Amino acid sequence: MKYLDEFRDGPLARKIAREIRQIATRKWALMEVCGGQTHSIVRNGIDQLLEGSVEMIHGPGCPVCVTPLGLIDKALVIASQPGIIFCSFGDMLRVPGSKVDLFRVKAAGGDIRVVYSPLDALQLARQNPERQVVFFGIGFETTAPANAMAVYQAKLQGIKNFSMLVSHVLVPPAIEAILNSPACRVQAFLAAGHVCSVMGYWQYYPLVERYKVPIVITGFEPLDLLEGIRRTVHLLEAGTPQVENAYERAVCFEGNQPAQKLISEVFEVTDRAWRGIGIIPRSGWRLSETYSDFDAELRFSVSDITAEESPLCHSGEVLQGNLKPNECPSFGNACTPRRPLGATMVSSEGACAAYYNYGRFVALESIH
Amino acid sequence: MNASIRPAFAPPDLSQWSCPLPLRDYPTIVMGHGGGGKLSAELIEHIFVPAFRNPALEVMGDSTVLPRPAGRLAFSTDTYVVQPLFFPGGSIADLAVNGTVNDLAMSGATPLYLSAGFILEEGFPIAHLAAIANRMGEAARAAGVQIVTGDTKVVDKGHGDGCYINTAGIGIVPDGLQIDPTRAQPGDVVLLSGTIGDHGMAIMSVREGLEFETVLKSDTAPLNGMVASLLQFAPHIHVLRDPTRGGLASSLNEIAAQSKVGVLIEERCLPILPDVQSACDLLGMDPVYVPNEGKLIAIVDPSVAKDVLRVMQQNEHGPRSAIIGTVTAQHVGMLAARTAIGGTRIIPLQIGEQIPRIC
Repeated sequence: MKYLDEFRDGPLARKIAREIRQIATRKWALMEVCGGQTHSIVRNGIDQLLEGSVEMIHGPGCPVCVTPLGLIDKALVIASQPGIIFCSFGDMLRVPGSKVDLFRVKAAGGDIRVVYSPLDALQLARQNPERQVVFFGIGFETTAPANAMAVYQAKLQGIKNFSMLVSHVLVPPAIEAILNSPACRVQAFLAAGHVCSVMGYWQYYPLVERYKVPIVITGFEPLDLLEGIRRTVHLLEAGTPQVENAYERAVCFEGNQPAQKLISEVFEVTDRAWRGIGIIPRSGWRLSETYSDFDAELRFSVSDITAEESPLCHSGEVLQGNLKPNECPSFGNACTPRRPLGATMVSSEGACAAYYNYGRFVALESIH
Repeated sequence: MNASIRPAFAPPDLSQWSCPLPLRDYPTIVMGHGGGGKLSAELIEHIFVPAFRNPALEVMGDSTVLPRPAGRLAFSTDTYVVQPLFFPGGSIADLAVNGTVNDLAMSGATPLYLSAGFILEEGFPIAHLAAIANRMGEAARAAGVQIVTGDTKVVDKGHGDGCYINTAGIGIVPDGLQIDPTRAQPGDVVLLSGTIGDHGMAIMSVREGLEFETVLKSDTAPLNGMVASLLQFAPHIHVLRDPTRGGLASSLNEIAAQSKVGVLIEERCLPILPDVQSACDLLGMDPVYVPNEGKLIAIVDPSVAKDVLRVMQQNEHGPRSAIIGTVTAQHVGMLAARTAIGGTRIIPLQIGEQIPRIC
């Protein structure tokens, strides 16, 4: 298939992996920030091809995983109210709150709908003027343009029964928080291609300047990932930390400027709590003053809800790359996809779920 | 996917359907249609009997009495609650017949008779019921089975989703034939009768709120013909399975567990339509978990694998049949895959339904 098969070519992938192994004079620790990349790496076995040369550390880039427990509890409270249509991306449904998840609220009669786009939720609001429609607006910079557009359109069209529970998070402050952590052993980052297709990559220059780590903008298909890793290893071996774009077919320096303009109109930067990590300053977006009428937290008075994480869950350390999922004492016993303690085990993009689902709890030698 | 240039799927237009005279008083289902009185009788007489027409049904006793052919009985039941009722490539009627026919065929049985139980929601259009019944009749004739008994119940408006159907089926397994999911052996070859994921993605493309434009069609089909040809040729097939709910991955995991073996598949050998692959990529889904309604997995001794493949490919429902993997004594109880780029991964059972990812 055009634009897909070319990037899944087995012989070429093995050739690039060979080159990476040849140029690496030592084992480098790279972090892919994005959960979609974690998924692709583990699903395709890319880390296995690079064993001994590159260690992939899986970063905090799964929006489902970093959405704090308190916010999930807020969503559950809103979704349980009679008359509400609560719309969400599919993989938020199974994320456990303090007591239940959205699936259980649905089973108890809550009207919960999986949508692919916040604009579909807006359409539901138009079709059901007598009911309140709430969209669970989570995600990184990637999903922000569509979420911003939904709120912008709602205001423009005077759709009063639509609101959004917003928990947007941002990549560059997360990278900075990881680099500032004393336990940090990440030597370079793969930046997420889709985030950069929206935001460009100009934001990464100050980080490279300050922390002297290479950051390479990378796509999601096996060859995209291997090419991103190859360029990163070259930069590490040469000792020349730089920003490089290995995803030219989708990303340009400035990014998508109309999208950025819309985002800055609808959202404003705020401190944000990351599940398992804690508060990272200026690491998220909330609805700006102009659009606060559409803020579901205010509309349904759930701002006061807070929640405590399970002490058995080490997802924070996993998300910061200090612990491999299968090194967590709870992995595979107290915590499985069926009874997840933390969101990293729930979301298919979560590092723990990726390890569990793709069998990283058995000796892989046995299936070679 | 060629999104946006092709029209979205439109369900059949039944507005011109002409209702048999006695049914005209009630163009939609009312509680009385399930009451066992005159209204029930009219439904049977004017919808079900003409649609399913066969001598056994027309006796109209409380139960149907059937001759018993030689061999052992195979018996299976399944309930169909698909939404929407009509979808690209088929309808609930096709699934209700083909699904049970295929379940019987997977034990090597020749399917003979089906029952059909309908749960109808008050307000369901009679025209839709007639279309479903007629389509079930056609599907039964195509599969060479008879619908010989049935039942209709009506539930209050809001307590059902239009129409649910249960079918149960009886088939005959010749003496001496033993095909079941415990019989896979290390060294066996795994064959698949065609592309995976067509049905699930076709349904997803028309599900309310999730529509996307595509030419994908459900693969619903009766597989008893293919099984009959296979058995004529290679009676010592070890396992047959139709990978419906949970897709290829669930069926192979179940076989691995029940036979106490490992199964290893080659991802590059899996037949997948480009539209299915791109829809899955778009939604963050894995085609190995997407349901099929007209495919079978055959696990056979390596000595007959190539010939079995040829027979499958010659069947009208199997032109894209392929050898996709092997059975091994390693990683017992688990399904593993060699990825396209040469890595390996375990493909586990899913906890629940596969759900689209955020990005």
